[in-house]
Amino acid sequence: MTRPMLALLLFWFATGAQALDPMPFKDAAEEQRFQAITRELRCLVCQNQNIADSNAELAKDLRNEVFDMMRAGKSDAEINQFMTERYGDFVLYRPPMKGSTWLLWLGPFAVLFGGGLVVLRLLRRRRDSAEAQSPSASAAPAQQIDAAPNKAADPNEMIP
Amino acid sequence: MMRYVPIALFLALAVLLFLGLGLDPKTVPSPLIDKPAPAFELPELREPGQMVRSEALRGKPYLLNVWGSWCVACQQEHPVLMQFAREHDLTLVGLNWKDDQETALRWLARFGDPYDQIAVDAEGGTAIDFGVYGAPESFLVDAEGVIRYKKIGPISPDDIKNDILPRLEAKP
Repeated sequence: MTRPMLALLLFWFATGAQALDPMPFKDAAEEQRFQAITRELRCLVCQNQNIADSNAELAKDLRNEVFDMMRAGKSDAEINQFMTERYGDFVLYRPPMKGSTWLLWLGPFAVLFGGGLVVLRLLRRRRDSAEAQSPSASAAPAQQIDAAPNKAADPNEMIP
Repeated sequence: MMRYVPIALFLALAVLLFLGLGLDPKTVPSPLIDKPAPAFELPELREPGQMVRSEALRGKPYLLNVWGSWCVACQQEHPVLMQFAREHDLTLVGLNWKDDQETALRWLARFGDPYDQIAVDAEGGTAIDFGVYGAPESFLVDAEGVIRYKKIGPISPDDIKNDILPRLEAKP
C-alpha cells in the first residue's frame, strides 16, 4: 500500500471514530451494557458492521432506540426481541438455533468432522503401507505420495 | 468412478458459491410479512394539521411507499409509481422518511405526486417499526391491515405485474 493511500485510510477511520456522537451514559456499567448490546446487532445498511461501529443514519437511530429502551428498563432480551420483530434474525450476529439456521451453526463442525475423518484415513493408510514396505523405509515416502491420490478415491471416504 | 468424488464435491461447492454471488445480500426477508402492519399516526406532508392514521386506512388495501427527497433510487422509482397511480386505484400512501418538509414538497412538485396520503416520519420511528433500512421500500397492506408483500428497492413494472396486482386480485 502506498503512503498516501495509507494516510487517506487513517484519516478516514479517524473521522469515522469522531462521527459517533457519545451517549449521555450515567456510569461505566451502563456504557458497557450499551456497547455489549449494540456490538451484537448488525447494521442493515452497511451489513458487515454492527450498529455500535456504523456511521449510517439508521444505525444512529437504532443506537438511540437501544439507549431509550435501556433507560426504560428493558432487558437485553426485550431489546433483541424488538430488533428481530422488525428486522428479522439477520439483525443478530448470533442468530438463534432453529430450523432455518441449524446448518449455519452446525455446518462448519460437520465439515471439520468430515475433513478430520478423511485426514485420519489417509494417515492410517500411509502408516499401514509404510509398515508393509519396511525395511526399505527410505524408498517408501516417494511411493506413498504417488499412491495417496488414488487411495483418496476409496468409496468409504466420502464426506458425509 | 469413486476417484471423481472429491472433484464432484468441489464442483458442487463452487456452483453453490457461484449461485450465492447472484443473490443480493441487501434483500433481507422481512419478518413482518403476514403480520399486522405497525400502527402509526403521523402528520400529513401536504395538509398541515391533518394526520395520517393507520386505523383510518383499514378497510381497503394500500401500498405504503417509503421515500425521501434525499433518496436517489426513489427518483428512479418515481415514474413507475406515477404510472401506477394513473392506471390503478390502489391507495398509495407515502412515508416521507427523515426528510425536510420544504425539500420534500419541492421534490414532489418537480417529479410529480402519485400519493393519496403522505405521512411525515421525520424522526424515523415508524420506519423502524416497519423494519425499513433503506429507501425506497414498499409494503402492500391488505384491507385487514396485514402486510402481504414487501419490496426492498425501487418497484419495477414487473413487481407490480407479478407481485402486487395478483395479491390484490386474490382479495375479494
